[in-house]
Amino acid sequence: MGRANFENELKQLHSEIIEMGSFVETAIDDSIKAFKGNDMELCKTIIENDKNVDEMEKKIESKCLWLIAREQPIASDLRKITTALKIITDMERIGDHAVDIAELTMRIADKNTFADSIHILQMATAAIEMVRNAVTAYVNYDLALAKSTEEKDDEVDEYFILIKQELVEIFKSQPQNMDNAIDFLLIAKYLERIADHAVNICEWVHFSQTGKHKNTLIF
Amino acid sequence: MVESLSNNRKITDRKKRPFEKLCYFFIYLLSACVLALVVYFISVILIKGLPAVTWSFLSTAPNPIKQTIGIFPSIINTLYIILFTLVICVPIGVGGAIYLNEYAKSKRFVRVIEFATETLAGIPSILYGVFGYVVFCVLFNLKVSLIAGILTLTITVLPIMIRTTQEALKAVPKSYREGALGMGSTKWYMVGTILLPSSLKGILTGIILSIGRMVSESAALLLVAGGLSQYMPRGNVVEQLSGSGSSLSVALYTYAYSRGDNETAFGIAAVLMIIVILLNLLTRFIAGRLNRK
Amino acid sequence: MSEIKIYTKNLDLYYGEVQALKSVSMDILENNVTALIGPSGCGKSTYLKTLNRMNDTIARVKITGDVFLDGEDVYGKSVDVTILRKKVGMVFQSPNPFPMSIYDNIAYGPRMHGVKKRIVLDEIVEKSLKDAAIWGEVKDRLKKPALSLSGGQQQRLCIARALATQPEVLLMDEPTSALDPISTTKIEELVSELKKKYSIVIVTHNMQQAARISDYTAFFLLGELIENNKTEIIFSSPKDTRTEDYITGRFG
Repeated sequence: MGRANFENELKQLHSEIIEMGSFVETAIDDSIKAFKGNDMELCKTIIENDKNVDEMEKKIESKCLWLIAREQPIASDLRKITTALKIITDMERIGDHAVDIAELTMRIADKNTFADSIHILQMATAAIEMVRNAVTAYVNYDLALAKSTEEKDDEVDEYFILIKQELVEIFKSQPQNMDNAIDFLLIAKYLERIADHAVNICEWVHFSQTGKHKNTLIF
Repeated sequence: MVESLSNNRKITDRKKRPFEKLCYFFIYLLSACVLALVVYFISVILIKGLPAVTWSFLSTAPNPIKQTIGIFPSIINTLYIILFTLVICVPIGVGGAIYLNEYAKSKRFVRVIEFATETLAGIPSILYGVFGYVVFCVLFNLKVSLIAGILTLTITVLPIMIRTTQEALKAVPKSYREGALGMGSTKWYMVGTILLPSSLKGILTGIILSIGRMVSESAALLLVAGGLSQYMPRGNVVEQLSGSGSSLSVALYTYAYSRGDNETAFGIAAVLMIIVILLNLLTRFIAGRLNRK
Repeated sequence: MSEIKIYTKNLDLYYGEVQALKSVSMDILENNVTALIGPSGCGKSTYLKTLNRMNDTIARVKITGDVFLDGEDVYGKSVDVTILRKKVGMVFQSPNPFPMSIYDNIAYGPRMHGVKKRIVLDEIVEKSLKDAAIWGEVKDRLKKPALSLSGGQQQRLCIARALATQPEVLLMDEPTSALDPISTTKIEELVSELKKKYSIVIVTHNMQQAARISDYTAFFLLGELIENNKTEIIFSSPKDTRTEDYITGRFG
């Protein structure tokens, strides 16, 4: 096999993205754990660790650009590198949303009264599973898994609509807790955004194998 | 680590190499000898020969009545021989070389011919003389004549022409041929417009070498063209060619050997030497002009 | 939709016992640039030379199959090869200008095909040098020897020389592989211009060059045509893994 150096670089790129993926998975796992258990210390840790995620994004970005300049990749090599550039953006945004959830958790603090009365924990579980599957689909270039994950997004969207309705009820019945309740709405919104980013990752995994993005042939 | 390969040696650390010094000494010594020989050779001939070279020497025929010696006929014969031999063997030689290099399909055939030309180039001239006598003088009934001499010399000199032309053609890069053919050139057109002009220098070298060989031929010509010329050259070229006559080298031989007249012989030798030197200078001059193009 | 200028069908070529081309069937479209790519010894140069019968000059070459130019059999009995090569010009890998003046180099082809009038020759020389984008650089020294030009200029001179016979097809055998990057760029731009008037087939080792300047790319391997398609497709999603492996540099 020729281009051993290039092959090694591509393998390393793959590993670095998987590493970034696991960092980001940990981040939102922790953020939901912290939300469930009102763990302020964990929240602070999550917020601290986000800069690691940002650093990783920059490092991988730079590596991709240098690979393009040095190696003139074409065909499947170019698809791999393009996919890498695109999904690190989505991963970094997922990391940011984990931080947002942690910050909101800190704001809610002891006033966390609605966690059990709305479907927010179920929604979180679904969203986290989507992120885990998206990263796994990337690791193994598993198109079937990517497709099923994309389809799961409907479930998360439904949860969001449900939670909104539940919160509207709470606004009506407990207007004194509206301030708190709105924070819960925001957390739900971030979970919905996290799920969307997971879908984006799956779409780019699809592209890396077929050249089609959202069913349009682009390369 | 091998001592002589170790990097402890300084680059200024010169090894004394006595054997090489000895070799240098011998080389210079031998070169000096060669140079001395050449200088001696030329000087002896010129010193002994030039006194005999007078205007009448150069412009008259030997006159037994007046007891004078003249080599004019021999000079003319030599010039005729050179001219006509070239006229015959240059087209044949160049044409043959072109065929062998560009057209011949069978590699084996080419190699056989090349072997033949190389062998012929090394045959002693007396053999050509014998061959020429039997074939041209007797078989073709040309008798002992200049024309027979010319034909014999053609055979002698043909291998040289073919070989040098072949080498010159081989030296033309293949890319020229491809370039011309790729544009729709016929082979002939390509040969005439690209190959021949490019090989001109080599062909010229062949001609100069051939002239040198012709001028030095004595044994063959003696047999085939005849002994000392006694009469002024006839006006009619055909008549002149069909009669016998001596070239300068044959005349030299006759004076030196049959007549024991060393003064005249040296005179002819001096004339021949000057002609050879002039021809060499001519070659360099023409080659120089072609180079500048 | 472009017309088919040249097509080959089941073309086989043998050098003695060795088969150098195996059943190659391919169309070359008019006013398009077709690139031939493949590892060394794959047959792409051999294929190129089949199109203008330059393989005839090599002994022990046997060719079977069809090669048609404008619907006429190139290897037919009554074909005049000199006219074929006037119509199908060739530019070689190393620039090979003749040891003559620039003017005489360009005028060589026209003179050979019968043009004698000085005025006509002057016109042809000027036009060819302009088409090859080198007129400006040499117009004041047409009588100087062609070998006094730089490598890149010599190659453009050879292109001008090929254009002087007013061909319809231009065959180029790795024309920039011996040149520096700037000369290479000039010639690539030239090819993009020339394809408006000529059909061009170019053999190249440089993937990026093929991707930049060709409309169609054909990948050869061990004498076989593996894949022939629009260049965009070959370089983004080739159908054959061998093509993909070659263009991504995994072998060859």
